[in-house]
This record gives sequence, C-alpha cells and structure tokens, in this order.
Amino acid sequence: MSRISQYLSAEHYQCDNLFAEAECAVAEARWEQAAPLYGEFRTETEQHFKREEEVLFPAFEQATGLVGGPTEVMRSEHSQMRRLLSRLEHALASHNAEQFLGEAETLLTLMQQHNLKEENVLYRLAGQALADQADRLLEKMQALEASA
Amino acid sequence: MLPIGLSFQQAPPISVPFRFFLTAPLFLLAAATLLLVEGPDLMVHRHSAAALAAAHLLTLGFSSMVMCGALLQLLPVLGGVPLSHPGRMAWLVHAPLVAGTLGLALAFLSGQALFFHLALIFLGTAFGCFGLWLASTLRKIRGGGASIQGMRAALAALIVTVSLGLVLAAARSSGLTIPYVPLSSLHPLWGLGGWTTLLIAGLAYQLIPMFQLTAPYPARMTSRLIPTLLLLLAGKTLGEFLPGSTGKALSLAASLGLDAGYLWFATVTWQLLSRRRRKVPDTTLQFWRLGLGLLMLSVGIALLAEVMGDGLPEPWLLMLGVLALPGFILCVIQGMLYKIVPFLTWFHLQSAYPGLGIVPNVRDIHARFHADRQLALLAVALAALAVSCWLPALSRVAGLLWMAHALWLEINVLQAARIFLKVRRVARIREAH
Repeated sequence: MSRISQYLSAEHYQCDNLFAEAECAVAEARWEQAAPLYGEFRTETEQHFKREEEVLFPAFEQATGLVGGPTEVMRSEHSQMRRLLSRLEHALASHNAEQFLGEAETLLTLMQQHNLKEENVLYRLAGQALADQADRLLEKMQALEASA
Repeated sequence: MLPIGLSFQQAPPISVPFRFFLTAPLFLLAAATLLLVEGPDLMVHRHSAAALAAAHLLTLGFSSMVMCGALLQLLPVLGGVPLSHPGRMAWLVHAPLVAGTLGLALAFLSGQALFFHLALIFLGTAFGCFGLWLASTLRKIRGGGASIQGMRAALAALIVTVSLGLVLAAARSSGLTIPYVPLSSLHPLWGLGGWTTLLIAGLAYQLIPMFQLTAPYPARMTSRLIPTLLLLLAGKTLGEFLPGSTGKALSLAASLGLDAGYLWFATVTWQLLSRRRRKVPDTTLQFWRLGLGLLMLSVGIALLAEVMGDGLPEPWLLMLGVLALPGFILCVIQGMLYKIVPFLTWFHLQSAYPGLGIVPNVRDIHARFHADRQLALLAVALAALAVSCWLPALSRVAGLLWMAHALWLEINVLQAARIFLKVRRVARIREAH
C-alpha cells in the first residue's frame, strides 16, 4: 500500500470511529455528548474531503490526464455526503433521534461504499501515478490539517 | 488500463436487481405453500419428491435469485467493470431462472420427463449466461482482494453444482444409470457448502467490517480459508468415487476439514461482530447472528453424521438440511437484502435527482420494526420447521408460519419499490415544471 493510501485510509478509519461514537450517543439520548462528538466527526470528515479535493484529486488529474473520471464521481459523492451531514446537523439541533439515526444509517452505507471504491481503486492508482511526488503531497495534506 | 470510472451511473438500472429481489420471496412463498399442502409427507425423507421440490424452490428460486441480482448490481460498481447490456442480461438470467425453477419443482412433484427437460434447458440457459458474465467480469478485475477471490471460487463451485444437477436431472428424466448416491449427496454439498457459502464468506470479508465497523478478518483466514474449502470439496468428491478404504478415508477427512473450515468462519465472524465499534442495534446484525448460530449447529450435526456413518436417524439428517438451508443461508441472505434494498432505492433516487429534498432515508424506506418483526417471524418459523423434523404433524403449522414470513418479506420489498416509483413520479413532475 502506498503512503498516500495509508494516510488517507487511516483517516477513513478515524472518521468511522467518530461516527460510531456520535451515533451511539444519539441512540442513547446522550445529547450533550452527541453534539461535540458529531462536531468532531464532521470536522474530521470535512478535512479529509478537503485534502482529497484540494491536493490529491488535482494532482491525480494532472498526472493522469483523467479529468471528469473517477475523481469527478468521488467529488459528487462528497457533495451527497455533505447534504446528509447538513441533515444530520439539523436533526441533532432539534434532538430528533429518529431522523438522526435514519440519516446516519444512510450516510454510513454511502460512506462505506465510497471509501471502498477509494481504497480499492482510486488510492491504488494515485499511489502509482504520484509515487514521485508522495512526500510533497503528504506534506501539503498535513499542512491543511494544521490550518483547518 | 485505468478504470473508466467509479460511477454509480455505470451500475445497471434499479429494475435489474429489483426484479430478482421481488421474485425471490414469491419462491419462498411457493416452498411454504408446498409444505402446507404436503404436510408430513414432505418431512418423511430429505429425498422425498416434495422435499426436493421445496429445497430447489429455496436454493434456485430464493437464494440464487437474490445472489444473482445482487452480483449483477454490485460487481459492476465495486469492480469498476460496467455491465454492457444490463436490461438484456437481466432478462437472460431472470426469466429462464424463474421458468427453470418452476419447471424443476413441477418435475419433482409430477415425475414427468417433459418438466425435467424444460428445467434442464431453462436452468442451463440462466446459469450459462450468468456464469459467462461472472467469469468475464472477474477476469477484467485486476488482482482483487479476498472478496473477488471468494467470488472466483464460488463461480467454480457453481459450475460443479449446476453440472451435477444437470446430470442428475437428465438421469431422472431419461432413466440413465448413474452413480446416484454419491452424486445426489455431492450436488447439495457443492451448492450449499460451495457456491453459496463461499460467496457469503467472500462478501462477508468485505461487508462485515464495512457496515458493522468491525476489525478486518484475520489475513490468515482471508488468504487461506476459501481456497482450502474449495480444495476440500474437490477432495470429498474424489473420495466418493475412489474405491475401498482409501476413498472412504479421503471422504471422511475432507468432510471433517470442511466442518472445521465452516466452524472457523462462523466463530471468527461471531467474534468480530461481538467486538464491533458500532454500538447501535442493527437488524442485519441479528440476522447474521442467528444465521451463524445455525451454521454452528448444523456443523455439529454434520460431525455427528460423519462419526456415526449411516447410523444417524433420518430426522437428524432432515434437521441438518433445515439448519443449513432455510436456516443459515436464508438468514444471512435476508440480512443482506435488508441492507441492499433500502440503500439501492435511496441511492438511485438521490443520484438521479440530487437537488430533490423529498428522498426518504434508508430507515424510512424500511421502517426498522418491519425488519425486526421479520426476523422474529423467521426465528419462529425455523423453530417450527426444526421441530417438524421430529414431529411431522407440526409441519402444516410450520408451513403457515413460513407463508406469513414470505408474504411479509415480499410486502417489504414491494414497499421499497413503491417508494421508489412514487418519489420518481414526483421528481419528474417537478422537473417538467
């Protein structure tokens, strides 16, 4: 597994953990804990999207010439997930557990099949195409983390 | 070559998998009706005409039906290999599978050669088309993880199962003399322990950690289990045909190896599920737990049968079949169905009409209590069927419970289809304005 793939896959894992904790807090009606947990999940997810959209995808498109291909599909799934994140936030603010859990289950399924496609296909291809720039790209992604 | 995309648009239209998912519960209903009509006669022997008809309604009409529909949907997306003529392909697999399953059930019940011939033609067409598509798609997927390897092994087992089935059906209809005893026990072994279980294991490697947020399956299992099981199935087959004590010893050793392999899979999956990071209750998880428990029980009975040789009374052997087929396999497949159907409904609507605010979430599509009650009904129906192995007088009650279960499942899938059509209609009206 390339270093880029390792780094971004580890973020998927981290986001999954935060998701599970926030979902569990809502299911148990621990709203005071749910809000910060969900906030952390959303921030981490947004940061991850940003690293991909601002660093990985443009570099991949430039290196392979594949514009409007897999990266475009991933961007459109990001926007679907962002819509679900907004709905989750709304459900959280109104303490609507039923709606939150329904949207959360939808998000989980979407997120998991998205991650699978990234980890199995996109990251693998990116690892090959961007092997000579890996250090620079990783630095750039980490810098985004610091400024976020 | 780079994959063209990872797009859901390259997945077949929703009507492709849905025709399989909508038909499958009807075959479950047909099997249940047969149990209600035949009652104790069906439970007399696992090779009775009615039992064979019911078993094939379940294996072909339900489990293979769902698995074919799910693979036609999932593989193009996950493997990045689009299905070139989705509508035609679905038609070529679905229609002959329906006709062939009905034909075979009628063939067993009537004993008429004509029905066997029709079943041979239709099932040969369905599995021929499906097998060719699966083989060519799997060939295009470079490398692939343990799940893709699982699908390759499952395909090999499917080819053996269908070939053995075709030989058995041809022999029944033409009076051809074949070594009936080994073939009739190898056919279900390759079908249930091969095609179905290898596919389930391969998919589980991917789906369990993904959706239940568990640790990944241990690498020593994902790299070794499926190839070993395939090898053991081949060993068992060879053992059945080798003469004398060598053949018997090989057959017994392979059976014990298979039991150990299935038990390993069940135990590891159970452990992973019990340590999952996602704590929210999930009906799919309960379907899996019930299924795995039944798999462990059926391995226990299989071990007993192997130790006792021919000495195990028929009710035990019948119960082995009940625990494995409507037990383990149906539970796990239904658990998957309850994940796939709402998600596909949601995703197709969301992808086609991204700006639309009225797409219900997956829980609204399958209200949770529906799946919960479905599971409870399944557990009761299974218990009644298991007891009927010993008390055949109870079999009609079991038949009624299975009918209720099948109807409920059909209603739930129909409900998802209805929501899809309704939201699409509203979306189209809005677009037109």
